Amino acid sequence: MLNKLARMRIKGLVFKEFLQILRDPSSISIAFVMPVVLLFLFGYGVTLDAKHILLGVVQQDPSAESRDFVSHFEHSEYFSPKSYLTVPDAVQAMQRGEVQGVLVLPSDFVNRFHQPGSAPVQVLINGVNSNTANLINGYVHGVWQTWLTDYLSQKGRTLKTPIQLQPRIWFNSEVNSRHFLVPGLIAIIMTLIGALLTALVVAREWERGTMEALLVTPVTIWEILLSKVFPYFVLGMGGMVLTLVMALFLFEVPLRGSLWILLLSSAVFLWVALSMGILISTVGKSQFVAGQIAILVTFLPAFLLSGFVFDLHSTPAFIQFITHIVPARYFVALLQSQFLAGDIAWVILPNLLALVLMGVVLTLVIIKKSHKRLD
Amino acid sequence: MQLDWMGSLSRILALMIKEFSVLFQDKRTRFVVIGPPFIQLLVFGYAATFELKQAPVAVLNQDQGTVSQQVIGHLEGSKSFKVVSFLPNDRAIKPTIDEKQALLVVHFPADFSSRLHKDGTTELQVIIDGRNSNTALLAQNDLSHVIQAFNDDWAADHHVSQPPLEIVKRNWFNENLENNWFFVPGIVALIVLVVSLLITALSVAREREEGTFDQLLVTPTLPFEILVGKSLPGLLIGLLESNIIILIAIFWFGVPFRGDYWLLQFAMVFFIASAIGIGLMISALSTTQQQALLGAFMFMVPAVILSGFATPIENMPDAIQLLTYLDPMRYFLIVVRGIFLQEMGIDALWHQILPLAIIASVTMTFAAWLFRHRTV
Repeated sequence: MLNKLARMRIKGLVFKEFLQILRDPSSISIAFVMPVVLLFLFGYGVTLDAKHILLGVVQQDPSAESRDFVSHFEHSEYFSPKSYLTVPDAVQAMQRGEVQGVLVLPSDFVNRFHQPGSAPVQVLINGVNSNTANLINGYVHGVWQTWLTDYLSQKGRTLKTPIQLQPRIWFNSEVNSRHFLVPGLIAIIMTLIGALLTALVVAREWERGTMEALLVTPVTIWEILLSKVFPYFVLGMGGMVLTLVMALFLFEVPLRGSLWILLLSSAVFLWVALSMGILISTVGKSQFVAGQIAILVTFLPAFLLSGFVFDLHSTPAFIQFITHIVPARYFVALLQSQFLAGDIAWVILPNLLALVLMGVVLTLVIIKKSHKRLD
Repeated sequence: MQLDWMGSLSRILALMIKEFSVLFQDKRTRFVVIGPPFIQLLVFGYAATFELKQAPVAVLNQDQGTVSQQVIGHLEGSKSFKVVSFLPNDRAIKPTIDEKQALLVVHFPADFSSRLHKDGTTELQVIIDGRNSNTALLAQNDLSHVIQAFNDDWAADHHVSQPPLEIVKRNWFNENLENNWFFVPGIVALIVLVVSLLITALSVAREREEGTFDQLLVTPTLPFEILVGKSLPGLLIGLLESNIIILIAIFWFGVPFRGDYWLLQFAMVFFIASAIGIGLMISALSTTQQQALLGAFMFMVPAVILSGFATPIENMPDAIQLLTYLDPMRYFLIVVRGIFLQEMGIDALWHQILPLAIIASVTMTFAAWLFRHRTV
């Protein structure tokens, strides 16, 4: 039980910490400006789904047939065709990055078109961005299929594709990347506030020697830590609520699961992130070192090794192994599922348990470290 | 006024020695300058992928014929997918997807084979977990490649008349669409940006916080000398680390290096200079290290996202595309990928290098001006 003096001391320290936050614009901006910036970037800027791909078209011998084929590309939302007279022209444009690929209808197109067998159409794709190239391949095939269906139906025949795929994408039927990225951002933002900001703030006390000054007062290390953690917990939850509100009302991401479970798991994750921040600052002891370590072991893993953008299944086994010690991995899985799929016990329980476990372990390590300091 | 060149040089040198000793004397600081870039390269190099590998597939096979077996064979032959389970009935689909036991469920209906034999066409139902929309998109795309291959085989085996048009596809510069060839050169740009920006952003702010910057200003040292003395350490460390990273990219990750090495070094100097300029500007505007570090951070995150590092700039809305012209990494990514993979020369790249030079000179001039005019 905290006695009256301890409560007073904590109150005083919390007040001092809030004052410091309010006086330093960088703390406020990381908690409230950064989330907005990130939301806009990820909500509008980041998508793999290419539309209006610039495609160079070379008709070496324009004819009704070749024009008909090209017009299917013009009508597709995936392509914006642009004509070139010769293949070298078009290829040069591709090398300069003006077009992403080149469609070549060769000069013997009409002749071969009416002969048995097939008229080859060449597609050259800039493969530097392998992912986009892969998708463009798929879209070209799609346009070709539509053209084929139209062509055959004009001849009174129907296209018989042996197997027709009937894909259905659950939880996000329009494949809207916003619905997938925005929930995960909560994990990133809480990592920034909980781990990076806290690590910097506590490291500053060590660097300036004010931590030692505090330690010689009657204030215990626990009171110091609690008073450090509390304001940043408030700031972290504030950032989370801001993100949540923008996600729901501006980006219209559905929240299909329970809000309370979402808030609970966010609080647990923030506890883990704050613990990491405090631990880093006691190891780093200077702002430069603490900041770098915080970026390396909290921010980057939350970005790369959590499933926030990159799918974890596709990474090599040793990376998958590492991801198990990344707290954000569990939180991102929870977030994505809670928003888009709903309350699923077999997603919530294991992930929440992992987070609680990490929080307990980190807190124990901090206790051990802090005792040493008091000696 | 006659410039005192020797004095200037010795003052710059003294400043540089001081910067280096700040970075390398303390064991922990030394480690965070040298260690993280390489850890980042390795983790990034393996984790950054938009390629599906061995994505778990569950199969619900109600087909009474044998064609489904052939399709499953094609699926297992693809490196994108791995069949992990067979479901007993359609009630099992929902929990399998919900609980992430599989990314997709492939459902062969009872009449799958018989319809194909009778009508020449049949339907295959696929349910994909859309929580990660990118992965869902890739899964759909890769699956249609697999089915296409099956369809071609089937048409050939059963003498179905060939479609009157055939598409021959070729991928240039990256024939097999290796994911690493795209990401690893980008990581070179990313790490160089992070290292040089952080080192310089903190350098002036640290002195401000400790009060030594005011002392520096009252010495005969000119602002441009401070600028050079503060920039060169970042430039040297950035160049050194980037070269090691380039070697790792070539020899460890096997990315081909087709262009001119010296052209890359030339462009790199301008890229690092623009990162340093921005770093110094942030540093000059900050009064504490915390502000400098968070300021650097608030620049870096958007800069990386808007650069085309992971997702193409062409996919972004027009307004955001305009914003990317302010981002030095945007230009350097074209340079580094162009030289690595496309053998681009100076004639194709000068209009990427020029904006870098402009960004570098504008930011550095502004930083030098701020040194004098911003009083704490």
